[in-house]
Amino acid sequence: MSTDATRSSAAALAAALAAGETTSVALTQAALDRTAAVDGSVRAYLHVDAEGALAQAAASDDRRAAGQPASPLDGVPVAVKDVLATQGLPTTCGSRILEGWRPPYDATVVTRLRAAGLPILGKTNMDEFAMGSSTEHSAYGPTHNPWDLDRIPGGSGGGSAAAVASFQAPLALGTDTGGSIRQPGAVTGTVGMKPTYGAVSRYGLVALANSLDQVGPVTRTVEDAAMLHEVVGGHDPRDSTSVVQPLTGLLDAARQGAQGDLTGVRVGVIRELGGEGYQAGVLARFTETVDLLVGAGAEVVEVSCPSFEHALAAYYLILPAEASSNLAKFDAMRYGLRVLPEGVDSPSAEQVMRASRDAGFGDEVKRRIMIGTYALSSGYYDAYYGQAQKVRTLISRDFAAAFEQVDVLVSPTAPTTAFKLGEKLDDPIAMYLNDLATIPANLAGLPGISVPSGLADEDGLPAGFQVLAPALADDRCYRVGAAAEALLTQQWGGPLLDRAPALTTPGGSL
Amino acid sequence: MSDTLVAWDDVLAAYDPALGLEVHVELNTASKMFCGCATEFGAEPNTQVCPTCLGLPGAMPVVNATAVESAIRIGLALNCDIAEWCRFARKNYFYPDMPKNFQTSQYDEPICFDGYLDVAVPTEDGGTETVRVEIERAHMEEDTGKSLHVGGATGRIHGADHSLVDYNRAGIPLIEIVTRPVMGTRSRAPHVAKAYVAALREILLGLGVSDVRMEQGSLRCDVNLSLAPKDEGGLGTRTETKNVNSLRSVERAVRYEMQRHAAVLGAGGSILQETRHWHEDTGVTTSGREKSDAEDYRYFPEPDLVPVAPSREWVEELRATLPEPPAVRRARLREVWGFSELEMRDTENAGALGVVEETVAAGASPQAARKWWLGELARAANDSGKDIAALGVAPADVARVQALVDEGTLNDKLARQVIDGLVAGEGTPDEVVAARGLAVVSDEGALSAAVDAAIEANPDVADKIRAGKHAAAGALIGAVMKEMRGQADAARVRELVLEKLA
Repeated sequence: MSTDATRSSAAALAAALAAGETTSVALTQAALDRTAAVDGSVRAYLHVDAEGALAQAAASDDRRAAGQPASPLDGVPVAVKDVLATQGLPTTCGSRILEGWRPPYDATVVTRLRAAGLPILGKTNMDEFAMGSSTEHSAYGPTHNPWDLDRIPGGSGGGSAAAVASFQAPLALGTDTGGSIRQPGAVTGTVGMKPTYGAVSRYGLVALANSLDQVGPVTRTVEDAAMLHEVVGGHDPRDSTSVVQPLTGLLDAARQGAQGDLTGVRVGVIRELGGEGYQAGVLARFTETVDLLVGAGAEVVEVSCPSFEHALAAYYLILPAEASSNLAKFDAMRYGLRVLPEGVDSPSAEQVMRASRDAGFGDEVKRRIMIGTYALSSGYYDAYYGQAQKVRTLISRDFAAAFEQVDVLVSPTAPTTAFKLGEKLDDPIAMYLNDLATIPANLAGLPGISVPSGLADEDGLPAGFQVLAPALADDRCYRVGAAAEALLTQQWGGPLLDRAPALTTPGGSL
Repeated sequence: MSDTLVAWDDVLAAYDPALGLEVHVELNTASKMFCGCATEFGAEPNTQVCPTCLGLPGAMPVVNATAVESAIRIGLALNCDIAEWCRFARKNYFYPDMPKNFQTSQYDEPICFDGYLDVAVPTEDGGTETVRVEIERAHMEEDTGKSLHVGGATGRIHGADHSLVDYNRAGIPLIEIVTRPVMGTRSRAPHVAKAYVAALREILLGLGVSDVRMEQGSLRCDVNLSLAPKDEGGLGTRTETKNVNSLRSVERAVRYEMQRHAAVLGAGGSILQETRHWHEDTGVTTSGREKSDAEDYRYFPEPDLVPVAPSREWVEELRATLPEPPAVRRARLREVWGFSELEMRDTENAGALGVVEETVAAGASPQAARKWWLGELARAANDSGKDIAALGVAPADVARVQALVDEGTLNDKLARQVIDGLVAGEGTPDEVVAARGLAVVSDEGALSAAVDAAIEANPDVADKIRAGKHAAAGALIGAVMKEMRGQADAARVRELVLEKLA
C-alpha cells in the first residue's frame, strides 16, 4: 500500500488484503489511531470498540493466512450507526433512555457483517432515534462536519457520514427514513445509498418509522457502497417485509457505470425538486453533473411529479404516527433508563414510566410522539394518518408514471450545503425542509443514492447529486451514480474529499 | 359494600337483557404468534422469551402460519366468512405486562367475520331449544404477559408491595371470538351464555386447536350485559365482566349482573360503562377500571407485518379437514344408537360421547358401551378426579370385555372385575382374565357336581322346585355361584338346577 491506509477505498483495502500487502490488524489499528487523533473534534462515534475490532481483525488475518477469507471485504473495518443492535456493545440510538443498554442480540445486518469478517470499529452518533437532519438532537452532543467543524454533518446519520468523511472508517452502515443516509452523504462529500425498501433486513434496526426505514451503506466511493450493500442485503426470514428476490449485480453495475458510458440510459430531472428553496451553488453543481451525464450518452428529459409538494406533510404524519407507537416500549420496565419520580414514596409503575420517559426523551422525540399520538387519535385518524397514506399512493403513482419515461430520476440530494450548528435548532420546519428531496423515495419505497457533485461556490462546501430508481432496480442507482462519480472525479482531478481541510488535532493537523 | 340485587322474577318483569360474549382462546401451537418461543404452560417464569416477545428494541414479528391456519379453521367451524386479505393492527396502550406497550391484534380487518353458532339451550319442560348466536368476528392477536402482585391482602394491584411480571405468556397466539348482541333471551339469558361457551368449547376441542381449559386461562370469557326496559327494544349501557373462569360462572355472572343492573336502574340510577371482575368464591362482581367508548387505542395497521391473504384454495382445503359439527354429530349418533334424549344427554354430560362411539366402533352394542362407560368407568373417573376420556382405558378393551360377556366367558360380576383391572392398568382384558383367574367355569362336570351338592344341602328348596315353584331356584343358584366363587355362568347353573329337579 503506497498511500495512507485510512484514505484508501474499501475496494483498494480488500485488494491489498487479498494481495497480502497489509493485514486487517494494521488497517483496523490505523482506523482506530485516526479516531484517537481526530474524533475529539469530529465526535462521530458514541462508542469505540478498539478491543473487539482488533480481535475480529486478528481472526480475519488468521482466515486470510489459512486461505479462507469469509468474503472479499473480510478484514476491512466498518462503523455501525448506533440505531442497529449489536450484541454486547452499547446501543443507545442517541438517546438517554437507552443509556447503557447492551442488546443480547445482533441486528441481521450486523450478523452479516460479522459473518463476512468485517471488524466493527464502533457505534456512530445520530439524532435521537434518528429524528433530525443535523445530529444535533443526539442526547450525547452533536457530530461536527469534517469540512467545517462549526457546521452540521447532516442527519440523522451524521456520525456514520462524518466517520467516513474524516477517514476514521472506510465503510459505515446508516439508516434512511427520510434521507438520513443520503443527506449526510451530500453535506459531507461522501456516498450514501438507501436501498429499495425491504432489500436489506430491518431486524435489529430500532425502528423510527417501520414503513419508511431502510439500512444502507455509507462510503467514500460508489463501488464501496455496492460491495457493502451486497454483504448486508438480501432476504431475511426474521423481517417479514424483506424482499425475497436476490439483489445481485450491484457491484457489477457500479463497475460498469465507472466506465463513464451511459449510452441509451434515460435520465429524468424532477421539476419539483429544484428551483425555489435550493441554494444556487447546489443547483449549479447539479446542472453541471446532468450535463456530464448527457456527455456520457444519457438521454435527459424533465419530468414532473406534482404530488411531491405534499410529500413533506404526509411524511411528518406517517413518521410520527409510527414512531409514537414504536417508542411506547421505552417504559423503564425491562431495560434502559429508570427514573423514580421525585417526592413520591412508593411510585406506581405508571409514575415510573412517566418520570423515565420525561427524563429519557429529548424535545424533538417528545414533539413527534405528541404529533403522532394526535394523528392516530380516534376522530382524527382519517383526516391525518389516512390522508397521508393516500398522498403516499399518489407519490408512488407519480414515480410509476415518471419511470415509464425514464430509467432513473435525478435531483439535488439536499437543498443546501451544511448549515451552522445551532442555526436551525429552534425552527423544526426549517430543519424538516432539508429532507424535501429525499423523502419521496422513502414514501414510495424506492432506492436512491447520493454522490458528491462538487463544492458550492458561495461557501465551498459539498453538495450531493441524487439518483433514484424503481423498486428493486438498485443496480441503476449504482450504475448512474458511479458514472457521475467517475466523470466528476476526472474533472476534479481526484476525489472531492481530497479538498477537505486537514483536521486540527491536539497534536497538530492531520 | 355489597350490591343491591333485584329478585329474578322482578328483573324479568321489567327488563329485557342483551348478552354479548367475547371469548379469548389460546391456541395450542408449539410456538408463539410472532416468534419461535415455546408455549408450554407452567414453565419457570421468563424462560420462554426472546427479543421479539420481550419487545426489545429492533426485534420484529413474524406471523406463525399454524396460528393463521387454526384461526381459519375456527372461523369455518363457526360458519364465518374468511377474509381474502387482512392485516394486523397495533392496539396502543400502556401496561407493564405488555412488552411493546401495544398489542399486535386485528382491528377493522378480522380474518373471520359474519358467522353463527347454533346452541342447544335446555327448556323448562326438560327439552332443548336451539338459539342462534351470531358471531361478529374472530380475529388473531397475541397474549400479554402476566402480572403477579406480591404482598397486600388481596393479591390485586391495590395494596401490593411490588409486582412481578412473567413474559412467558406474552405473544402466545390468541383468537378473540366476539358475538353480536344476543337479544330476546329473557329468562334464558344465563343458560344461553353458558350453552354458547360450552358449545364453543366443544367445537374448539373437536378442532384440536386449543386445550380450552378455562381454569388455566386457555379459554377466557368476558360477559357483556345490558338491560333495556321490557319490550321497548334497544340496548342499555353495558358492563363487561371479566375473570369468568368456568361454565358455571358464566351462567352465574349473567344472572348476577342482570339482578344488579335492575337494582341500579330501578333505583333511578344509571349503569356505569365499566369492566367488572367476577369472584367465583363469593359469587359477586366488583368494579374494575372504568371503560368508556372514548378509550382510544389509536389502532393502525402493523407496518412490520405483511397482509395475510389466505388463498381460496387453501381455505377450501381447510374446510375439508373440519370435523363434523358437534350438534350434527350428536343428532347422528342418537339416531344410530337409538338412545333416548335422556340417555344421550347423560352420555354427553359424562363426557363419554367419544369413548362410547369408539367402543361401538370396536364391536360393542351402543347400550352395552353406554352401560360400561356411564357405570363402572364413570365411577372410576369420578373417584380419581379424571376426565372419563383421560382414564387410560381404551374403548377397544371395553368392547372386548363386552365380547367376553356375550360369548359367555365372563358374567356380569366378573366383567366388572375385569374393568377394575383395566382401570388399574393390569393389561388387556384377556390378560386381566388370565392373571386374576376370572373366566367362568365351563367344565360341566365340576358345575354338575356343585349343583348336586347344593341340592343335597338344601332338600327343602329342592322339594319346592320339584313341586313346580321355579322361583325358588334362586337360592340354589346363589349357593352354586358361591361355591364357584362367582366364576360360573348363572344362566347355565339355572338350567342344570331345573334339569336335575324336573
